[in-house]
Amino acid sequence: MIFFRLPSGLALRTLQRARHIACLSLLITATPTIAQEVGDHQYTSEAIQAGSRVYVQQCALCHGPQGDLIDGINLRLGQFRTASSDEDLARVIAEGAAGGRMPAFSLRPDEFSGVIAYIRAGFDPDGVAVRIGDPARGKAIYDGKGDCASCHRINGAGSRTAPDLSDIGLIRTPAILQTGLTDPAATLQPIFRQVRLVTRTEETIIGRRLNEDTYSVQVLDSNEQLRSLLKADLVSYELSSTPVHQPTTLANGEVADLIGYLLSLRGLE
Amino acid sequence: MNTLQRIGAIALCLSGLLASSFSAAQQEVTYERLLNAQDEPENWLTYNGSYDGKRYSGLTQINRNNVQNLELKWMLQNQVFGAWQSNPIVVDGVMYITQRPNDVIAMDPVTGRVFWVYKHTPAENARVCCGANNRGIAILGDKVYMGTLDARLIALDRINGKPLWNIEVGDVNLAYSITMAPLIVKDKVMVGVGGGEFGIRGYVVAYDADTGEEAWKFYTIPAPGEPGHDSWEGDDWEHGGAPVWITGSFDPALNLTYWGVGNPGPDWNPGQRPGDNLYSDSVIALDADTGELKWHFQFTPNDGYDYDSVQVPVLVDREWHGQQRKLMLWANRNGYFYVLDRESGEFLLGKPYVKVNWSSGLDDNGRPIPTPQPEGMPTWPGNQGATNWYPPAYSPRTGLFYFSAWEDYATIYRAEEQEYEPGRAFLGGGFTVLTPALGAPGVGIGRTNPVNTWTDEVGHAALMAMDPETGEAVWKYEQFDVSDGGMLTTATDLLFAGGREGHFHALDARTGELLWKASLGGQVAMAPVTFMVDGVQYVTVVSGNAMATFALRE
Repeated sequence: MIFFRLPSGLALRTLQRARHIACLSLLITATPTIAQEVGDHQYTSEAIQAGSRVYVQQCALCHGPQGDLIDGINLRLGQFRTASSDEDLARVIAEGAAGGRMPAFSLRPDEFSGVIAYIRAGFDPDGVAVRIGDPARGKAIYDGKGDCASCHRINGAGSRTAPDLSDIGLIRTPAILQTGLTDPAATLQPIFRQVRLVTRTEETIIGRRLNEDTYSVQVLDSNEQLRSLLKADLVSYELSSTPVHQPTTLANGEVADLIGYLLSLRGLE
Repeated sequence: MNTLQRIGAIALCLSGLLASSFSAAQQEVTYERLLNAQDEPENWLTYNGSYDGKRYSGLTQINRNNVQNLELKWMLQNQVFGAWQSNPIVVDGVMYITQRPNDVIAMDPVTGRVFWVYKHTPAENARVCCGANNRGIAILGDKVYMGTLDARLIALDRINGKPLWNIEVGDVNLAYSITMAPLIVKDKVMVGVGGGEFGIRGYVVAYDADTGEEAWKFYTIPAPGEPGHDSWEGDDWEHGGAPVWITGSFDPALNLTYWGVGNPGPDWNPGQRPGDNLYSDSVIALDADTGELKWHFQFTPNDGYDYDSVQVPVLVDREWHGQQRKLMLWANRNGYFYVLDRESGEFLLGKPYVKVNWSSGLDDNGRPIPTPQPEGMPTWPGNQGATNWYPPAYSPRTGLFYFSAWEDYATIYRAEEQEYEPGRAFLGGGFTVLTPALGAPGVGIGRTNPVNTWTDEVGHAALMAMDPETGEAVWKYEQFDVSDGGMLTTATDLLFAGGREGHFHALDARTGELLWKASLGGQVAMAPVTFMVDGVQYVTVVSGNAMATFALRE
């Protein structure tokens, strides 16, 4: 963990702005690198473009050009009735669904992966399609070797120190989730940077900011307590330059499964 | 992770451990803490500050000698337009307040800065008669609870504001709603439903506070075969109203929860629903574990005036006429002040505290002797009542009961036959406020214009200090406009309140003398609360679209 040591007042705000810009440019320049690094987390743009042709020929008649003509399904936004992983989608396409109302399609393997890639890219032929694995396997990774609950919380279980993930599937795209796992620094939002505060009474508070203004800062600390501090009462205010968690060491398939699980988290119905 | 990062991470963990020993901890809010809320006056743990509904604080830093040194510490502006009637809860350095329509805000009570906001968007067809109000949350363990305008009950993580469960309490399509702050007793969270103007059938319902699973439900209108059903004719009971829209009180020794029940429906046509219409306009005593009815007392049988009995039941143990008794004190919307025995429901005393002409008095059992006025003639008190939902207070030091009364306020009622239609208003007529001149403005349901053109001639407020022994006010603090202001009293004999004029004032609770006031400019409705953080006592009050917090000048 590395902390920026920040001066107070205007200089502090300037620094924050500068770092924000640096962070954005990192995101932009990092993208091609990520694509290479993540390997088969993601589909190729050739597959997505091929898939767009398959979709128009085979799927659009019923599902519509925007993928939203069937009740309860929005292919472009990733809303399905039963499927969640790429394997599920392939099975539905190959076997049909809804008691025969969707027929079985006999596609070549590259057509299968192409049309799934097109759906995963949000119908954008130039988009990025992240491979999405099995949510059940992903949950096992979340609870097990990923040790995610030691910082994150889902539906009341786990730590509150990192952001709650109960509805993360509604608010993050697969691409951002994937980048967050493989290159956390690229997606770390400024408000989530860890702070380290030392008060005049020599109390050290580590936590994550919830709110901040010129004179005070509100923090959820490492003991999961809500703290509100006047800046005038602080002798030190430091912001971490790095995310709490490191780039994942999970295998590609495991990352896909974990993304599948995270996308299934859609809050309370 | 490189070596430097590893060292940093270890240091982070260590300093986290160190920090824990210094934190002003947000502890679990156990039932025992709620039960003994008076022992931690630095917090305001329940709707009324304690289960007995007294709104009496043991804090003493602000007293009659220094109250004039109060100064504004912060304000929070409501982000939503509309009158604000929410009651703040303060616990271990965090304040929780709701804002329209159904947001929960967690904030720092010292600076007024916000930790988080949770937003629930009610269903578009949610209907409430009298404003999209929410009167606050309840807290237990690591959760806070909010009822919603679309009749749902939501449990949130009290630290990070994330929803843990969200259940249907009533059918929004039939205009069931929740505006009250829930009541926590033991391991249960209890709410009542609103919708008395829409032909609902009211109830109080208790859920397992952990899971949201229903534990018991008590209908405020008895079904066929149940005691009291014969107070209705035909199928009137199915849409007879009797909502419960204000938080109940609780007596742990008797294990009884007490709830005020609202008006029968249709509101203004009692001839359409013959009978007493139980348990509308009553107080009901329900077993806290089972919801079983132990007793009831009906204030206004076959009400045609919208006299909801949704006042806070105030539970007082004191000597009364030479005998130590467990009392319930109640200034009712119908214009009478009541003293009941809360073990049995026995009627002990009842006297009018304002002009009353819908009844000529109460009989030995407390039943009113009805004197309905001829068509077109005014009825005192008027439709908004001689008082209403706004919380009263009781001081064990002064022995006085404090509440806002409306004096010289009357209404002309008009009854009409009306057929029930699901989800539609079910009022059975209408009313107009009595004014001294044709075309003059009458008192409205709230103040949205800072210019008072209706004047005191159509009604005005009197903050009353009632002696429960006699049923007579020992002093009154008169105001020019009417007031929907709740009360707060303290162990230093201060009484804090406000009203529609936007004044927030501190009175001497013994004499009614004005000691301090601040013009906040927006109507004060919900009662103030007081709490202490880091040795400083604060007083918080909602005024208009803002919440203001005061403490003594340093």
